[in-house]
Order: sequence, then C-alpha cells, then structure tokens
Amino acid sequence: MLKILRYSFYDLMRGKWSYVYSLFYLLLGYTFLFLNNDLSKAIITFLNIIIVLTPLIGTIFGVMYYYNARDFTELLLAQPIRRTSIFLGQYLGVSLSLSLCLVLGLGIPFVIYGLFQSAEIFNFVSLLLTGTMLTFIFVALAYNIALSFEDKIKGFGFAILVWLFFAIIYDGLFLLSMVVFGDYPLDKFALGASIFNPIDLARILILLKLDISALLGYTGAIFQKFFGTNLGMLAAITILSAWVVLPVMRIIYKSNKQDF
Amino acid sequence: MRMYRILLLLILANTALLASDKIVVSLSGKYPSIKQAIASAQSGDTILVKGGTYYEHNIVVDKSLTIIGEPKAIIDAQEKGFIFEVIVDSVSIIGLTLNNVGLSYTKDFAAIHTRRVSGFLFEKNTFNNPFFAFHIERSKYGTIRQNTINGNAVLEHNSGNGIHLWHSSNIEVVQNQVYQMRDGIYFEFVNNSKVIGNDSRRNLRYGLHFMFSNDDEYRENHFEDNGAGVAVMFSKKILMEKNVFKLNWGTASYGLLLKEIYDADIFGNEFVQNTIGVNADGCTRVVLENNNFINNGWAIKFLGACYDNRLAQNNFMHNAFDVAYYGNINGNSFDNNYWSEYTGYDLDKDNIGDVPFRPVKLFSYVVNQTPETIVLLRSLFVDLINFSEKITPVFTPDNLKDNRPLMHPVK
Repeated sequence: MLKILRYSFYDLMRGKWSYVYSLFYLLLGYTFLFLNNDLSKAIITFLNIIIVLTPLIGTIFGVMYYYNARDFTELLLAQPIRRTSIFLGQYLGVSLSLSLCLVLGLGIPFVIYGLFQSAEIFNFVSLLLTGTMLTFIFVALAYNIALSFEDKIKGFGFAILVWLFFAIIYDGLFLLSMVVFGDYPLDKFALGASIFNPIDLARILILLKLDISALLGYTGAIFQKFFGTNLGMLAAITILSAWVVLPVMRIIYKSNKQDF
Repeated sequence: MRMYRILLLLILANTALLASDKIVVSLSGKYPSIKQAIASAQSGDTILVKGGTYYEHNIVVDKSLTIIGEPKAIIDAQEKGFIFEVIVDSVSIIGLTLNNVGLSYTKDFAAIHTRRVSGFLFEKNTFNNPFFAFHIERSKYGTIRQNTINGNAVLEHNSGNGIHLWHSSNIEVVQNQVYQMRDGIYFEFVNNSKVIGNDSRRNLRYGLHFMFSNDDEYRENHFEDNGAGVAVMFSKKILMEKNVFKLNWGTASYGLLLKEIYDADIFGNEFVQNTIGVNADGCTRVVLENNNFINNGWAIKFLGACYDNRLAQNNFMHNAFDVAYYGNINGNSFDNNYWSEYTGYDLDKDNIGDVPFRPVKLFSYVVNQTPETIVLLRSLFVDLINFSEKITPVFTPDNLKDNRPLMHPVK
C-alpha cells in the first residue's frame, strides 16, 4: 500500500495541477496579506475560501484522478496486490498531495508575514487542520462516487452535485427550516444540523475560535458551551473523523466487491 | 441665575479665604485625625492633611471646609463604611487617597457621599478598592475633576459604581479615570450636567450608565472594554460628541445602547470593534453625524419604534453588518454616508455615487427575524442570497437605502 501511496503521491506532486493549486493559494495568501496586514482578518477571509474551495477541489481532483488512473488501476488489479492497498494507496496519495499543496500554499505567505510572532498561530493551525480534514473527507466521497459510476460524465455530475449539496443546498434547507420553525426553540436543532454537514462543522469550529464568535450571540454561546469543552472538541473531531472513516470503509467494501 | 450663583460663590469663597485659618492634620501633630480637625474648625477653614495613613471612617463634614491632602495622605476606612459624608454646601476635597470603603448589601457605602448640598469640588483624589467612589445624592452645582478610581469589582451584585449621581443637576464630571467598577459613571435623574474627557475602562457592566437624565452632554470620553458598553436610556436632549466607544466585545455587548431617547445629537464619535456599535431601541429624532463605525459586528442596529432619525456623513467601514433593521422605514433617513461595501460608480465625479446603496443585507434581515440563523454566518449560501437580494430586493425594506452614498470617507 505504501508503494502505491508513494507512487500516486509523487505522480500527483509532479503533475502541473498540484503546482497550479499551490500557486493559487500562494498568490491568494500574498495578495490578501499584502492588502490587509492583519493576520486575524486574513484568517477570516481564508476561512471563506477554504470551506468552499477545498471540498470542491478535493471532489473534482478525486474523481478526475480515479478516472485518469483507471488503466493503471486495472493493470495493478491484475497483479497479486490486495485491492484494499491499491485503492487506499491511491486515496491517501491524492488526499496527502492536496493537503500538502494547501499547507504549503497558505503556510509560506503567513510565515513570511510574521505568523510565528503572532498570537494567531493556533487559529491558523486549526484553519489548516480543518482544511486538511475537509480535503480528506471530500476526496473519500469523490472516490466513492467514482467507484460507483462506470460512466465518467455521470460520476463527475454526481460529484459536483454532492459538493453543491454540502456547500450550498444544505445551508439553504437549514436556513429555510429555521425560518419556518422560528417560533420554536432552535438552538439544539442548529447544533444538530451543523454537525451533519462537515463544511458547516468546520466553519463553526473556526468561527468559534476567532473574535468574530461574539457575533453569534446567544446561539453562539450554546455552541461555545458545547464545543468549548474538551468533550465537545473531542466530539467535533470524532465527527469529522467519522466523515473520513465511513466513506473510506465504503471504499474498501466497494472495491473488494466491484467487478472491474 | 447661574452666573449669579457662581458669582455669589466666588464672593463667598473670597471672604472665606480672607477669614480662613489653616489647620494641619498630621499623625504626630496637634490634630492626629481628620475628625478632630473638623471638630475644631470653623466654616471656611482649610484643613491640610500631611502624608501618612489615617485609619478613619464615617467622617462627617458639617462645615464648609477645604480639605487638601499632601502627597501620600491616605485615609483608609478598613472596609468599615463611608469615608466622607458631606452634608453642607461649598466643601472641597482635594488630593487625598481614599482606600478600602466597606462593602455592604444594604447601604451604598461611598468614599465621598454628598446629600442635598451644592457648590462642591472634588479634585485629584485617588480611590483604591472603593465600594462606591462618589455617591452624589440630591446635590447641585458641583465639580468632580481629575480623580482616579481603581476598583476591583468581580461580580455585579456585590460591587458599586465609580461616580454615582442621583437626583442631581448642574454637575460637571471632568477628566476622571474610572477602572474596573460595576458602572464607571452612573447618572439617574441628573439634569443639565456635563461629562467631559473621562476615561472609563474594564467596568463590569457599563462604562457610562445614563437614565432619566435630560439636557446633558458628554464629550471626548473614552469608553473601552466595558462589560456591556455604554447605556443611555429614557432621556431627552442629550449631546454626545467626540467620544470613543471601543472594544466592547462580547455576546451581549454594544458600544452605545440607546433606549427611549428623544432629540439626541450624536456627533463625531468613534465606534471601533464593538459587537454592536449603536443599538437603537425606541429612538426619535436622533441625529447621527460624522461618526466613524469601524470593524464592528453590527455598526448600527435599529430594533423597533424608531422614528425620524437621521444618519448622515458617517463612515461605515468593514463592519460585518452595517445596518440591521426591523419593520417600516418610519421617516428614518440614511442618506449621504460613506459605506466601505458600496460598489457603485460616480460618473459625474461629484463624490456622490450614482446608484443607491442598500445597507441592510438579506442575511441581517433574516437574523433579526430568527436569531438562531446566525450560525450560518460566513456560509457560501448566505453570500449567495445576499448577492441576489442586493440586485433585486424582495425582503428588505425597499426604501431603506442611501440615495446619495459618498464615494470617499468623510474626514
């Protein structure tokens, strides 16, 4: 498995898309920090970008890589290698290379602009951690989708739909239901609903760490009470991990059953 | 009438000066305590307190005296009660250090307490660990100037206010520093008074708490890092000018709370990094001009029952929400402000944008209706609906807009 991981990883890191992706973050980081020297503000701006972009790139890259490497995968399948190692190796290769692009791309400008002297370093690290987590989650979802659809177009379409659902539609339904049921106490509901969407969960986890959390008011206080404790933090990490582990388990299950 | 009174005071003070004696209090001298000095003094005398720590409390000032402390003249009440109780007119207390007023759940113990007096001057005193520092009750024509109040309030229910005025008028509170009390400066039923150049920080509840007080003005004060900010309630004809409201940041904090305010003028203030810059609830004919709203959560929040207020020439910069608004437009006007989020153009270069600006975002409207939806802050969906609402307003009040937004910030 490690061999395949290494192969996928180097293959991707040498490819131009990784360069484009990390250069994009690099440029973005420099531009924002150049325009606004305040690290805390820049982190809020990047929060917006990361919670939208890392899932999107993760999904598309995941699907694309699977379909592109299909011939190679079939070749590997003919060899005496366990299927689990092949697919998990590829999955980890894609996720790791994307995460590395993110960490380097955003990390370098922030370090140059004096991250280590700043109190924001923990917020920045948690931003990168959640970004990495989201990458792992959405690449896993993408691999699931790609495994389930022979047809490239269908796979891509469905992957985009999944991203759209988590990034936009879910929040729309969430907002709508809260407005409709506005007469009822909604705090528990809001807490519950945000847990079931990894993007929302990541967003709230970072918001709570930043100054801006004061805007969340009474509802935010309930979130803070939940996530502020060790237990809550543990719960959040467990849930995000579950979002990685469950799709990965399905990759294993599916790849062992699949007729290639 | 007022000039006459001041003149009279001056004459009185002069005659008093001519006839006055100086009594020196020192630990080793003829008068080792202030109480003894007061007992043997005549109205109009000056009592000079030499350096040293005097353990006294409940000193009743029943003669018109001037009490002056030398450097390091400390009166320590050892938490037993009041320090000075002023019950006659024309008393001055200057340059003393007053420590450790006692805490009580039934009495408002204060370092300096006045009742039904006028013409007092309290200047350059330092207060450490007071329960209340000043408690001015039914008094008038007084000045509280350049005092420093260092409290160590931790809980609201067992702490007191820095400068507490009740049922008084024509008082000037000037250049005091009030730190870590319950309310920094407290006004209740206080008319025709001025609060100028004070510095009020880290107070548990309000930097300035202002109730049922009319025709007052406060200028050039600095309110920072107070529990809930500054509250001005149930008052008429207040002038608030060139104050700084800063870092009142917390889930229930605001820079300035206006509740049931009529005919107030709010000019040239700075609202920086408050959760809510101005929280307006039941305001009528309030004018906000030349204020800066910078980096607040909400720059200004109109709750309800706000009529005929006017915002003009203000700068709204980098606030998460510029305006939150409930209900109908009710004659409130938002014209001629600078909004950092404005993206319109100015073809004729007259510094006025050619398309109106709508300061209320749809999300801010939704949050006002259902506060819990704030958890969707910074979500992509919210940006999308804000954008579509900006282009075609459906939910937000159609006429809530700045018809003449400025292209450049007001200096």
